[in-house]
Amino acid sequence: MRISTGLGPRPTNSGFETFSWYFLRISGIVLLVLVIVHLVIMHAANDVSCTTYQFVAFRYANPLWRLFDWLLLTLSLTHGMNGLRIVVDDYVHSVTVRFFVLSALAVLLLIFFMLGTITLITFQPVVGNLGPQCLPR
Amino acid sequence: MWSWLLHRVTGLGILLFLFIHIVDISLLGFGPQVYNEGILLFDSIIVRILSLALIGSVLLHAFNGVRIMLIDFWSKGTRYQRMMFGIVVTLTIIAFIPLAYYVILPLFTVVAIWFIHSKT
Repeated sequence: MRISTGLGPRPTNSGFETFSWYFLRISGIVLLVLVIVHLVIMHAANDVSCTTYQFVAFRYANPLWRLFDWLLLTLSLTHGMNGLRIVVDDYVHSVTVRFFVLSALAVLLLIFFMLGTITLITFQPVVGNLGPQCLPR
Repeated sequence: MWSWLLHRVTGLGILLFLFIHIVDISLLGFGPQVYNEGILLFDSIIVRILSLALIGSVLLHAFNGVRIMLIDFWSKGTRYQRMMFGIVVTLTIIAFIPLAYYVILPLFTVVAIWFIHSKT
């Protein structure tokens, strides 16, 4: 069943494609809220030039912000990679090539998920050296 | 058709940025000097203009995602899909303007400082 346009009927079987179809929509709703909050905090409430190491150190003192960013990381990566998987399914017709491309994407997903998660969990501010509040002009 | 193409292109663009963003955030582990070097890049004129494209893409993709869900789950969704795309574009523009204002405003300070320095 071609479901990538989103214009077709709802999938009714119980396989991975159905899970993926619902997952894209549910993660999409959650991401809508998370991303808009993230955009407003990082681009309107604060200027990018003030989102320095010090800014992150104060922000990540609260573990809830780490959880917020981890949700953002996990949902956006899985949502985006699932979308890319559908694009690959649409344009890569050779079964062999598709297998290798999708395998590479799975590895890429794992690497970026781990890199982001490790960064979020292991971040400990350098005591006494937080750097400037904003970048100097 | 256009909404489908835009949804796909903006989605791929956002994913590309996400990869870059995960790497630049991972610079946190290397201390304040290294991390702030990365932030300096996002403070540059060219990346500020590029981030406008990102913000526009995110807003369009988000609102059009809601439209896709309305088409999927609302019985009259398909009938109003064209009108809803108009609403999506309108909402994108309305939300884009204030965000773009805050992103671009510091550029005027940078340009003004550069202009004053070039005169002296």
